[in-house]
Amino acid sequence: MNPDLHLWLIPLVPFAGFLVNGLLGRKLPKAVVTTIALIASLIPAVQVAGIVTKFSSLSLPHVEHLGTWIAAGSFHADFTFQLDQLTLVMLCVVTGVGFLIHVYSVGYMAEEEGYWRFFAYMNLFLFFMLTLVLAENFLLMFVGWEGVGLASYLLIGFYFTRDSAANAGKKAFIVNRIGDFGFLIAMFLLIAHFGSLSFGDVFSQIGAHPEWQSGFLTAIALFLVLGATGKSAQIPLYVWLPDAMEGPTPVSALIHAATMVTAGVYMIARTHVIFDRSPLALAVVATIGVATAFFAATIGILQTDIKRVLAYSTISQLGYMFLGCGVAAYSAGIFHLVTHAFFKALLFLAAGSVIHALSGEQDMRAMGGLRKKIPITFWTMTAAVLAISGVPPFAGFVSKDEILYQAFLSPNGGKIFWAVGLLTAGLTSFYMFRLWYMTFFGERRTPEAAHPEDLAPVHARSDTKLTLEAEPHAHPVHESPWIMLAPLVILAILSVIGGFMGWPEGLGGGNWFSHFLEPAVKTVHMSYEQATVALATGGPNMPNASPAGNKQLELTLAAVSTLVAFLGWLFAHILYYAKPTLPARLADNLRPVYALVKNKYWVDEIYGALIVTPVLFIARWVLGVLVDRVVIDGGTLTAGYSAQGLGALVARIQSGNIRSYAGWLALFAAVLLAISYFGWTTHFYLR
Amino acid sequence: MVPIAYYLVLSAVLFSIGVAAFLIKRNIITVFMSIELMLNAVNLAFIAFSRQWSQITGHLQVNGQIFVFFVMVVAAAEAAVGLAIIIAVFRARNTLNVDSIDLMKL
Repeated sequence: MNPDLHLWLIPLVPFAGFLVNGLLGRKLPKAVVTTIALIASLIPAVQVAGIVTKFSSLSLPHVEHLGTWIAAGSFHADFTFQLDQLTLVMLCVVTGVGFLIHVYSVGYMAEEEGYWRFFAYMNLFLFFMLTLVLAENFLLMFVGWEGVGLASYLLIGFYFTRDSAANAGKKAFIVNRIGDFGFLIAMFLLIAHFGSLSFGDVFSQIGAHPEWQSGFLTAIALFLVLGATGKSAQIPLYVWLPDAMEGPTPVSALIHAATMVTAGVYMIARTHVIFDRSPLALAVVATIGVATAFFAATIGILQTDIKRVLAYSTISQLGYMFLGCGVAAYSAGIFHLVTHAFFKALLFLAAGSVIHALSGEQDMRAMGGLRKKIPITFWTMTAAVLAISGVPPFAGFVSKDEILYQAFLSPNGGKIFWAVGLLTAGLTSFYMFRLWYMTFFGERRTPEAAHPEDLAPVHARSDTKLTLEAEPHAHPVHESPWIMLAPLVILAILSVIGGFMGWPEGLGGGNWFSHFLEPAVKTVHMSYEQATVALATGGPNMPNASPAGNKQLELTLAAVSTLVAFLGWLFAHILYYAKPTLPARLADNLRPVYALVKNKYWVDEIYGALIVTPVLFIARWVLGVLVDRVVIDGGTLTAGYSAQGLGALVARIQSGNIRSYAGWLALFAAVLLAISYFGWTTHFYLR
Repeated sequence: MVPIAYYLVLSAVLFSIGVAAFLIKRNIITVFMSIELMLNAVNLAFIAFSRQWSQITGHLQVNGQIFVFFVMVVAAAEAAVGLAIIIAVFRARNTLNVDSIDLMKL
């Protein structure tokens, strides 16, 4: 029997912080707001650390039931939290990175309007995110799922006086609704088929029925994937994430890089039992992942806003995580989630530090030569760039390589996934070092003497400046205060050494992470007959049916991807350091391709024309004018006016003249008398 | 023995006179008197029917006569209240013409 861990405290403490700061923060002094926010994010981290120390003595999964939430007939959804290896990993990431980013925000947001509001929202976000990862049933998870969407919306629109920020918030919310719709349908299907939304119930029922293959499980899985693509910004619903960079930079780091956007990956890993039974759904996940990874990486190459480069990079890295899940290597996907949380949070925070140093400048064409001026930011960011680019032995190398290795081993089309993934790794390395060179090397460029790439028409939205984010008056370039640098340093250390948690066996490591996570995400074995049938019918992606890799192969693949990473670096070095005029000439020679990528494949415009415009048309004219004005308003107004007219008619009887009343009275008394005597008939004369 | 029809015809005539007076007369006191006339027409009908009923059953039936007392009590109360109202109206508006007392009109 496990001791009571009071799991409910973990999400509830940030919620308390949200309530205090949200309700009273306006009147509290800044120091108090800061203290409350930091304590509210520190306590969960401490509690999680406490759980880590006694984790090995627990029997898993550890479930804590707090009470019934909804009970309807035999169906019930409860307030139940569960803890297993997967939850623990997510808890560590969310509370750890969350706390570091809270600390960073104290420095970054110091001079902002609505300081208290910012921290209230951040605590609210932690509450929902922790609910999401701790939930033991789909419905409670959905509460967290929606809640982080709400917090994301509030924080993207933090500078709500600026139209672009308000619109970006709306865009994120609405695009996420599409994904949430998929999640809801999946839950309805689960209720219909299992009569329960509890993870334990559903998964044990599936485990007890090895004959359930594909079929309705594929349907459920595909709807879950739709939900995941919305939250995790994958094709086709990735469009909100780049715009989400309108929020303050710590928000981009916490919500739109490290934690919330990984919720989709977490959800797939959590429900892997369903996905294991559906090769089609897994193939869809892998395809979406690898396609998104490549697609977003190509867009990232030509972005000039430092945060947007990172946003597309996030989409691309999330694609890797999807690829990992899609080839049933859930632990690899989660491992990349963890290392990505380290280095991408670091990248965003360092970018925030750069923006801070330049008093709000976000355009990389106006940067350059910052290496000497902000050395700590430079070195921490270098660690992150090396990590994301896949340079060994940094964290990103290990996790990305694990995913590529697993994809390579995957029996159905795995080589293609691997090849595209490898190409994407090269692109990643290229655009990250491009960012690195443009920001830190060369000479400081003013916005007027911008990079020659500027010649191409730039989409208006990609050039939005966060003028409100820092003081409008330009200070001389300055290093950020230590409260911002300390989280950078910690994350940089994690980005360097984080990979050793899962150092692959092929390179002499023990792959501890994957073994640790295995009980939570191990694929459920099928019966022998089932496996035979599935293999005979060519079912792809049989769990545990993939050919065993060997250390030689793993080593070779690692060497190849290292080579590719360095190639990407080399190209970036040539184009953006050695021969800085070359990119412009290349752009001139490849004008159509350049325009296509520069404009992000016109995906926003295509969505606008194909979906938004028709929907707006229907809303405005069919529903707004026809249904609302004509049918509904017309109906009610007719009813109202006719009652009024009838009333005016009848009111004439009430003349105030007492004798006319008496006359009416006498007349109708006579009529009643006549009726009572003759009865209801028109044939009086017959009587 | 006078047949009951005579009484009833008299009652109907009295009632009709009351109704007609009520509709035609403008002076509020006359209107009031016509109401009394209608009430007493009804009383007459009650008494007549009461007698008729006693004759048919062979026992004394007093239900109708008791009703007449009720009507008289109500009429007395009404006269008290009504006359008080008439005095109040006259003091306020200095007229007893019902046509000019129509403030309740919509």
